[in-house]
Amino acid sequence: MRLCFQLNGRPVEIECEAADTLAELLRNHLNLTGTKVSCEVQVCGACTVLVGGLPVSSCTLLAYEVRDKNVVTIEGLAQPDGTLHPIQQAFIDDFAFQCGFCTPGMILAAKALLDENPKPSEDDVIHYMDGNICRCTGYVPIVRAIQKAAETLKESKK
Amino acid sequence: MSEQKKTDFHVVNHSVPRRDGRAKVTGKALYVGDVKLTGMAYARVLRSPYGHAKIVSIDASRAAARPGVIAFLTGDNLGGLNPYYGHAVKDHPLVAIEKVRYAGEPVAAVVAEDERAAFEALEFIDVRYEELKPVLTPKEALEKGAPLLHERKFEAGALRGFEGDVTAGRGTNICQEAHLRWGDVEAAFAKAAAVVEAEYYFPMAYAYAMEPYVAIAEVNENGVTIYSSAQHPFMVRHDLTTVFNLPVSQIRLIVPFVGGGYGSKSYTKIEPLVAACAWKAKRPVKLQLSVEEAMLTTRSDDALTWMRTAVDSNGKIIARQAKIYMNTGAYAENSPLVCEKATNRCVGPYAIANVQIDTYSIYTNTVPASSYRGFGCAQVTMAGESQIDELAAKIGKDPYEFRLMNVAHPSEEFFPKMRAFDGNLKQDLEIVAQAIHWKEPRSKGRGRSIGCSVSDAGAYPLTSTVVRVHADGSVSIMTGSTELGQGSHTIIPQIAAEELGVPFENVRVVASDTAITPYDRSTGASRTTTLMGRAVLEASREAIEQMARMAADVLKRAADEIEVIKGGVQCGEARLTWSEVISRYYGLPDGEVIGRAYIRKSGDFAKLPVFWETACTGVEVSVDEETGRIRMEKLATAGDVGLAINPALAEGQDIGAATMGMGIGLFEELVYEGSQLVNGSLLDYRVPRFSDLPRDVKLQLVENRDGVGPYGAKGGGEAALNSMPANIANAVYDAAGVRIRQAPLTPEKVWRALKEKKAEGRKQ
Repeated sequence: MRLCFQLNGRPVEIECEAADTLAELLRNHLNLTGTKVSCEVQVCGACTVLVGGLPVSSCTLLAYEVRDKNVVTIEGLAQPDGTLHPIQQAFIDDFAFQCGFCTPGMILAAKALLDENPKPSEDDVIHYMDGNICRCTGYVPIVRAIQKAAETLKESKK
Repeated sequence: MSEQKKTDFHVVNHSVPRRDGRAKVTGKALYVGDVKLTGMAYARVLRSPYGHAKIVSIDASRAAARPGVIAFLTGDNLGGLNPYYGHAVKDHPLVAIEKVRYAGEPVAAVVAEDERAAFEALEFIDVRYEELKPVLTPKEALEKGAPLLHERKFEAGALRGFEGDVTAGRGTNICQEAHLRWGDVEAAFAKAAAVVEAEYYFPMAYAYAMEPYVAIAEVNENGVTIYSSAQHPFMVRHDLTTVFNLPVSQIRLIVPFVGGGYGSKSYTKIEPLVAACAWKAKRPVKLQLSVEEAMLTTRSDDALTWMRTAVDSNGKIIARQAKIYMNTGAYAENSPLVCEKATNRCVGPYAIANVQIDTYSIYTNTVPASSYRGFGCAQVTMAGESQIDELAAKIGKDPYEFRLMNVAHPSEEFFPKMRAFDGNLKQDLEIVAQAIHWKEPRSKGRGRSIGCSVSDAGAYPLTSTVVRVHADGSVSIMTGSTELGQGSHTIIPQIAAEELGVPFENVRVVASDTAITPYDRSTGASRTTTLMGRAVLEASREAIEQMARMAADVLKRAADEIEVIKGGVQCGEARLTWSEVISRYYGLPDGEVIGRAYIRKSGDFAKLPVFWETACTGVEVSVDEETGRIRMEKLATAGDVGLAINPALAEGQDIGAATMGMGIGLFEELVYEGSQLVNGSLLDYRVPRFSDLPRDVKLQLVENRDGVGPYGAKGGGEAALNSMPANIANAVYDAAGVRIRQAPLTPEKVWRALKEKKAEGRKQ
């Protein structure tokens, strides 16, 4: 079937099968392999992408469900000139990843959080991010990075 | 090496940003699962529903006729291959042959044009089984007349890694045993002032590397090429040489970024299976396991430890004896080495005059156990460090003071025939005690503990590297160390940049391609910083020596007139950068200088272990008396790492390891009902989440430069995990007065213990 949607700010028109998940479509048909698949049961958050600004697990969302919607993946976060999004930069600055497999989903979930709540407390971050698992970092540097990114975003809006 | 004592570092000992940072935050970092080869086909695996059964017949003809199916693989169509592999014991068939030994074992594979076609064809494979009685615990497996998992005798793997004889395949279900003794334990226990004795259990745990096992293989006239998520590509290469009967030069392993390992990706996993599929299909083949399948591939050994420890009337530990039964599952994998390491690590970081440890690694019809971060140390430290607190309580001593009094001292030969102790645990203990406010009163429902451990770390010292200095002064380092997230590809160029005096940005790493990068035995046992780090340091210095000689040649001066300065040489008024030395030497602004280093069991590395990896961790927990739920409120670690090449990365290892250890202490456990794993999915296997993190975390590094690594560095990837389950058990005792000797300390166990204690209180 024919599927049309907005992907990282550009229109996409592509053939897909009814059984294709969004993660399969992104990774296998659109070669956007930044989206990672891990648990496949909506527990780990590694495959998180933004659909209409909200974080969703692309491993269990049928691709057809994003018809006419706006999808943002990790590949769409930096500026066209390569400038990183403040969350991406904060993740580097604060060593908020090790193996990096959870990182794309983690950063997109963090973006959804900061879009909704520009000044989250530590509790807010922990509560919102609880659906994303990281096996390497013990989470502490991720919380710090998200709060720093919030500061940077606040400064840039002044 | 006197230059090792330099102190004015410009790159090393700084938290420079990760080299892989940009790639990993933009989604550009390449993992095996992201690789697509031209003409690539896809494999899926059919797995055994039974724990122990004979394969009576297997017929894949209906599957082979399915649309899109290219080839299939079963135990009876492997003609031409040597299907048994294993670096320690060659007991593991790449797909089940004649019988299955655990539920979930690969029985057949289908290769098709796409994954869905391969998956859909699996149900058309007809397998007839004849069920055999399974043995599920070491106790059952050791009973007289217990069914045998392995009937035949095995060859020892060529890269064994353990010192003892191969026990597997000698007519029992014993996979390996290890024995350690010195002094006279019976006499010591007889004259002891106090003794504690009990049994402890450490569960089966799943490492959950978020990237499940994945490999792509191609077999052609050049040999076998495999892209894999393997931690140790050179060890896997060796297993493949025997499967395909090919020389080392015709097996190539390429490892891009690895999405977490924690030991679970060490040694050979799915590579022989996917290579055999590619050989059948005559196409490149990819096999991507799901997390559910990864859980059926490797786990940690669970361990039942009986232990007793004794003190004299001065509070000095005088004896320790233990008997450890490790459940190694259906195949040996790395468990013979885990068995040996658990035996050594059971002694703990104490100088004990009388020791006897007997360890048995037992085959059962469960998922094969292998390396897991900590390598046997966590299993036995659950017993050892619980027992230190129990003993302190028995003789009325503060457990922190009791440890201070008994830990090995710097340079003490606390373990016969091994390297003298190269850490400072007294200092570590003091740091941790202060960080968790040990001496201050506890609030209600809170308890604290301090734990430590010591591991004979670093594995075997066999590592080589090449440092190439190019004519423009930039540098390429060829390293066989894999980047699992620990940051090796950041610290390796830091060391070369430090030595060569060139900007960190200009030093790049070429990694983990066995056809290109020199041999490095493994990326595990916390060894990379110490061994590869030292190799990079020496190869850089060798390149510098060559360039100094070249400078003498081009300047027409004696070699001893050339002085090495930062980034080049000086001779009288003349100063040349490395770029100028190389360009003038070759007469063109081109060419390169190649520095090499070989590390072997000699010189600084003659004595094992390469270094003692020490853990020292403190926690404060809260116990909810109504529900039995425990929370870790505070965590403190002291990373005794000699010198942190990159302090932020070193701290990252400590908190990461501590968090995994917390998971095992609180809730992680693979659960079997009969021969079926019943929580084999992330829905049911609980790992630590954001909401579990302690709110008060203090990570500290102890840098006494007492290691044999570069500038006195030692490794530190595993330590903080090892002490954590015992830390939690001891803190729960401190908080609520109940002693729990089985990890994980689930709310149910804690609640039952509290209820029992109340009932006893009422009786009295």
